[in-house]
Amino acid sequence: MKKLLSGNEAFAFGAYHAGVMVAAAYPGTPSTEILESIAQFDEVYAEWSTNEKVAMELGMGAAYAGVRALVSMKQVGLNVASDPFMAASITGINGGLVVIVADDPGVFSTQNEQDTRHYAKLAKVPMLEPSDSQEAYDLMAVAFDLSEKFDTPVLVRSSTRISHSKSVVETNCKRNAVAKPAAFKHDVEKYVMLPVHVRLRRPVVEGRLVKLNAYADTFPGNQIIKGGKRLGVISSGVAYQYAREAFPKASFLKLGMTYPLPQKLLRDFASQVDRLIVIEELDPFLEDNIKAMGIEVAGKEFIPRIGELNTVIVEEAGYRTGLLAEPSRRKVSPPQGLPGRPPVLCGGCPHAGIFFVLNTIGQRSKLLDARGKSEEQGKLIITGDIGCYTLATYPPLRAMDTTACMGAGIGQALGMEKAGVEGKIVAVIGDSTFLHSGITGVVDAVYNKSGVTIIILDNGTTAMTGHQDHPGTGVSAKGKKTQKVELEKLVKGIGVEDVKVVDAFDMKAIRAAVRSSLENPELSVIIVRGTCSVRLRKRTGHRTVDIEKCDDCETCLRIGCPAIQKLDEQVYIDATLCAGDACTICEQLCPKKAIGPVTAGGGSK
Amino acid sequence: VKKQDLLMVGVGGQGIVLASDILSEVAMAAGYDVKKTDTLGMAQRGGSVVSHVRIADKVWSPLIKEGEVDILVAFEKLEAARWSYYLGVGSAAIVNNQTTPPLSVSLGTSQYPGDKEIEDTLKRWAGRYYFVDGTRQAIELGDIRTLNMLMLGSVSSLLPIDVKTWKGCISQRLSPNILKMNMVAFDKGREEMSRAGVR
Repeated sequence: MKKLLSGNEAFAFGAYHAGVMVAAAYPGTPSTEILESIAQFDEVYAEWSTNEKVAMELGMGAAYAGVRALVSMKQVGLNVASDPFMAASITGINGGLVVIVADDPGVFSTQNEQDTRHYAKLAKVPMLEPSDSQEAYDLMAVAFDLSEKFDTPVLVRSSTRISHSKSVVETNCKRNAVAKPAAFKHDVEKYVMLPVHVRLRRPVVEGRLVKLNAYADTFPGNQIIKGGKRLGVISSGVAYQYAREAFPKASFLKLGMTYPLPQKLLRDFASQVDRLIVIEELDPFLEDNIKAMGIEVAGKEFIPRIGELNTVIVEEAGYRTGLLAEPSRRKVSPPQGLPGRPPVLCGGCPHAGIFFVLNTIGQRSKLLDARGKSEEQGKLIITGDIGCYTLATYPPLRAMDTTACMGAGIGQALGMEKAGVEGKIVAVIGDSTFLHSGITGVVDAVYNKSGVTIIILDNGTTAMTGHQDHPGTGVSAKGKKTQKVELEKLVKGIGVEDVKVVDAFDMKAIRAAVRSSLENPELSVIIVRGTCSVRLRKRTGHRTVDIEKCDDCETCLRIGCPAIQKLDEQVYIDATLCAGDACTICEQLCPKKAIGPVTAGGGSK
Repeated sequence: VKKQDLLMVGVGGQGIVLASDILSEVAMAAGYDVKKTDTLGMAQRGGSVVSHVRIADKVWSPLIKEGEVDILVAFEKLEAARWSYYLGVGSAAIVNNQTTPPLSVSLGTSQYPGDKEIEDTLKRWAGRYYFVDGTRQAIELGDIRTLNMLMLGSVSSLLPIDVKTWKGCISQRLSPNILKMNMVAFDKGREEMSRAGVR
């Protein structure tokens, strides 16, 4: 049956049809929809794990018990999960364990641009790379078979453009009958990695790699596509699509398995063409490994290492190498001087109020600074984290000083404090991120007698990745009601004494809570709670500006709310973006009381 | 068959991803190969959104090359200007008559381009262009969220795929309780185009 599927949906369908029994993930763009899609199948146990490390461990456990397990994450998720991932390589598995990791070339939504392929080499495990949704679907069955045949976890590398592109997929609509029920067979030499057992496993892993090397030459997803003799292109993943379009006359070696490489096939291909070029996104992973075989090949001297590729970039490389004749088409370039439209916090965002307060109490920007004109140091240091709220870095809020990785803000705040930085340090973290990897930071803060203030922004969802549930929402990945982890009980249980919970849309309460925490020399936690406005189903009473009362002080514009706009010297509120009664932050802040609900007759526009 | 490369652009929250999904499903139902991809940044709302939809007998790259777009569908005027350089020779642009100033404009650090500047940009790149009153019509219909189906209706006027296929795919994707209103929006989008002289 033909379906139009994104790469992520295709992975899920493929894994389902391959008989996967257990799936675990933590949301992360661009990998999130893999678990969301697989959670729709009743026969599969699917969960949002607390973080990627737990997800990987869950996958290991399921695979140890003999069933097929799928773990999916974004590339930086594998950093979190790398400890169990490396362990799974050395113990091997029993039921198939497939790990899908989605890279983000071009950095659409990540804190770095790392190339996951290095992990395959580091962990000595095979790696597969699809170049469209059909291959994403097909490779799942192959990956599980490979995993079981070679007793190894299998890494599948996706990318933003594979995961988030839709293309036509032929599916076979049938789930592979799962014969084996879960059963764990005791085998301490395989599963208990005491040094003495590790020494026994090491030769097994090296032997496995030798066998995988031989297998790579027979892997059906590694294909030669015969074209002209003048140029041979080696490529994989979405880069293959760009290369195919840019070099219609070349011969291709398309690699579906990029670690280990098919040595014989590569040598054969090299002997068939005059000139060899590798076209790959990010690092010269294929290129370096092919060069190490003694095969002469070009690549990164023409193809950029940084950012996402596309057909135009590949064509330009063709012109530079003299492999393509430059056509005489009209020059195309983006228009200059248009205002950009970077992502912003949404209208009615529950993060806006607290950041407005941090901005003003921290004297981080006077009115002029809201326009980005002053470089003056603010009075507060605010360490930040990963989530929608990272956008509070931008004007007009400008209330974030660091963002590194999930959960880092709390540890960084402690480090600054212990280093002797003067004044109170505030760490800001979202609810999902806090549960992912903020808890250990609080334990450290209690244990080591820190006096920082930790603000947990609780919008009751994992918003940035598209509203996934987490342990704090009380709803499972399957949409079922479950036990809820209460944030205030959790932090009190750790030993924090000063814990306050405030309404994200009550500006007075937020201000009072922040002031009191800043005055308290002891460790304090403020939980700022409010529903993510994107999830509001009914919007009532959108606000409007009474231009008779408005004196154009622009206080409301400093919230950074996209509903509050100014064109031709007039501030107004876009009714389609305003969250109305659910928010009212602008109304609370307006010094002239010029903002009110549209029904109260306050509006003239 | 001639290839059709469509670029749908606008502001996060306008329903562009769903619209380009449906457009792709329509193309598949009509028997074409199709690939589509969205370039979204972080967060849910408010940022620039671009959706590439490629329709042909065989599609390789999911991303359209600059200068090769056949139809630009802009849900907002500034975004129309921003992406019009993607348009190719003999191309068309459909632009929703909607101004959404980015935060930098509201804060006074940058200027929203004037209507003439936007039209000059379109003139430079597009073979022909059409302004439609999408936002106003969608609000009149009772829900701004019908804007994306209205824009799809406009696009349908420029593609050689019959209306039945379009409506079939829309019915499969939208829940029954909002379907009727969205079908009206789709027809309004077609009307807007016929008013602009497209048959």
